[in-house]
Amino acid sequence: MDLIQLLIGGVASGCIYGLVALGFVLIYKATEGVNFAQGDMMMLGAFIALGFVNSDHFGLAFIPGVLLAAALMGGVGYGIDRFIVRQIFGQPQFALVILTIALGFVLRFIAGSIWGYSPLVLETPFAGQTVPLGRINIGVADIVTILVTALLTLALWGFFAYTRIGLAAQAASQNQMAAYIVGVPVKRINSIIWGLSGVVATIAGVLFASKGAIDPNVGLLGIKAFAAAVIGGFGSLPGALLGGILIGVVEPLAARYLPGGISQMSPYIIMLAVLVTRPNGLFAQMHAKKV
Amino acid sequence: MSLLEVEDLAIHFGGVKAVDGVSFKVAPGEVFSIIGPNGAGKSTIFNLISRIYKPTRGTIRFDGADITGLQAHQVAPLGIARTFQNIELFDHSTVLDNLLMGRHTHRDTNFVQDMLFLPAVRRAERAHRRRVEEVMEFLELEAYREKMIAGLPYGVRKVVEIGRALAVGPKLILLDEPASGLSVEESQDVAFWIEDMRRDMGLTVLMVEHDMRLVAQVSDRVLAVANGKPLAQGTPSQVQADAGVQAAYLGTEVAQ
Repeated sequence: MDLIQLLIGGVASGCIYGLVALGFVLIYKATEGVNFAQGDMMMLGAFIALGFVNSDHFGLAFIPGVLLAAALMGGVGYGIDRFIVRQIFGQPQFALVILTIALGFVLRFIAGSIWGYSPLVLETPFAGQTVPLGRINIGVADIVTILVTALLTLALWGFFAYTRIGLAAQAASQNQMAAYIVGVPVKRINSIIWGLSGVVATIAGVLFASKGAIDPNVGLLGIKAFAAAVIGGFGSLPGALLGGILIGVVEPLAARYLPGGISQMSPYIIMLAVLVTRPNGLFAQMHAKKV
Repeated sequence: MSLLEVEDLAIHFGGVKAVDGVSFKVAPGEVFSIIGPNGAGKSTIFNLISRIYKPTRGTIRFDGADITGLQAHQVAPLGIARTFQNIELFDHSTVLDNLLMGRHTHRDTNFVQDMLFLPAVRRAERAHRRRVEEVMEFLELEAYREKMIAGLPYGVRKVVEIGRALAVGPKLILLDEPASGLSVEESQDVAFWIEDMRRDMGLTVLMVEHDMRLVAQVSDRVLAVANGKPLAQGTPSQVQADAGVQAAYLGTEVAQ
C-alpha cells in the first residue's frame, strides 16, 4: 500500500521533471541549442501565476489566472529568442550555453526582487485535498498533475503531427536549408518554439507550486530535468517525459529503501549509467544507418 | 517580358569576388543553363536568387518585382523552387512527407482548424495529397512513397528533391546539377523530365549543369561563367564554340 502511494507521488513529481525536460527538448530539437534557463522559466511561470491568482495579489480565479500566466510566459519565451538569442545566431553552441545560464540568474533576480526570497504558496482550488482509494489517500494535486501532463503531451503531439506550424518546426529541425526553401520562416519558428517552451514551463511551474511552496531558487530543479532529458535521449519528446517519470519514481523509492543521500544522487547516477551504456539515451529514436 | 531578370549581380566574400557582374534574362517557358568550371560561381548565383546570400551589388527581378531584398523563406510563395547540388532533404521523414512539406506555402488553414482536423483541413489535405501523388507519378516515385530518405540510394534522393521542388507548384524551378552522380540512363530521365516540365507544366527552368550533353539537349540558351564573370551567352552550340569558353575549360597555352 505504502509502495503504491510512493509510486503515485513519484509519477506526479516525475511529470513535472518531464515537463521541464520537454522544454529542453523542444528548444534543442528546433534550434540544436540547450536552454539552461528552462528551470528558471518554470520558476518565473509559477511566480507569475501566483501573482495573478493569489488573493493578496491580483486574486483572479485559478484557471484564468494560470492561462494568463502561461500566455504571458509564452510571450516572454518568444521575446527571449527574438531579442536576445537571435543576436547570437550562428555563434558556437558555447555562446548559447553561457547566455542561457546568465539568463537563469537574471530571471531568478527578477523573481526575487518582485516576490522576495521567502517561500510563497500558490493558492490552488485543490490544496491539501486527498481522495481515498482503498486504504490509501491520493493527493488531488498529484492526480491533477498526472492528468494535465497527459493532456499537454497529447496536445503537443497533435501540434507537431498536424498543425502547419508544428510541421514547419519539425522540418526546420531536420534541415534548416530545406525548410527555408519550401517557405518556412525558420527564425520565426524558433521564436514560436521558445514561446511554446515558456508555456510548458509555466504549466510545469504551476503543477510544482501546487505541491509545495516556491522561492526564486526552485528553478534549480532544471538540473534534474536536464538529467531526465539526457536519459530520454535529448531528441525525443516522449523520451524526455519518460526520463522525468523514471527519475520521479526512483527518488522516493531510493529515499524509502536505500541509505540516506542516495535519493538525492539517484537522478545523476541514472544519467551516468545511461550515458555509459546507451549514449543515445534510453528512448532515442533509432536512426538505422545503411552502408 | 522576362520571368527572371538578373542585372549586374555581384557578391564578394572578403576579397574573393565569387560572382562579379553577372546579368541574364530568362523568358517564361525557357530552359536556361549556366555552365562553367568548378568554383566559377554557378551555385552562388542560385544561392543569391533564392536569397540565401545577400548580393554585394545588383538586382534580381522575378515576374516584374524586385526580390533582391526578400528573405529566404519569402521566395517559395512567389513560385520559385529549387534543388541543391548536395541534396537538402528532410532525412528522417518519408518521401511522401518530404513532398508534402513542399506544399507548405499553400497550406492556409489555421492552427485551431488544424488541431481539430475540421472538414476544411481534410479537404485541403486531400487536395495537397492529390497534387503530391501527381508529382510522384510524373517522377515514378510511387514505389518509394513510405520510405525514409536516409535509406534511399543517391539517385533516388536526387529525384525526390526535384519532386519536392515541383510540389511547391513553382513558375520557375532552379536545378543545381540535377545529373551529377547519375548514370547515363538516369540523366536521360532527367532530360525527359525537364522537357516535360516545360511542355506539359509550363515551367521555366534555370539549370546549373556540368554534363554538356544534357545541357545541349534541353537548353534554349546557355550562360558560361568563369571566376564569377560572364564569358559568353547564347544557344548551346554558340557557347560551346566560343573561344573564351574553350579556354576556360581546357586552359590556355602558356604564353611564350
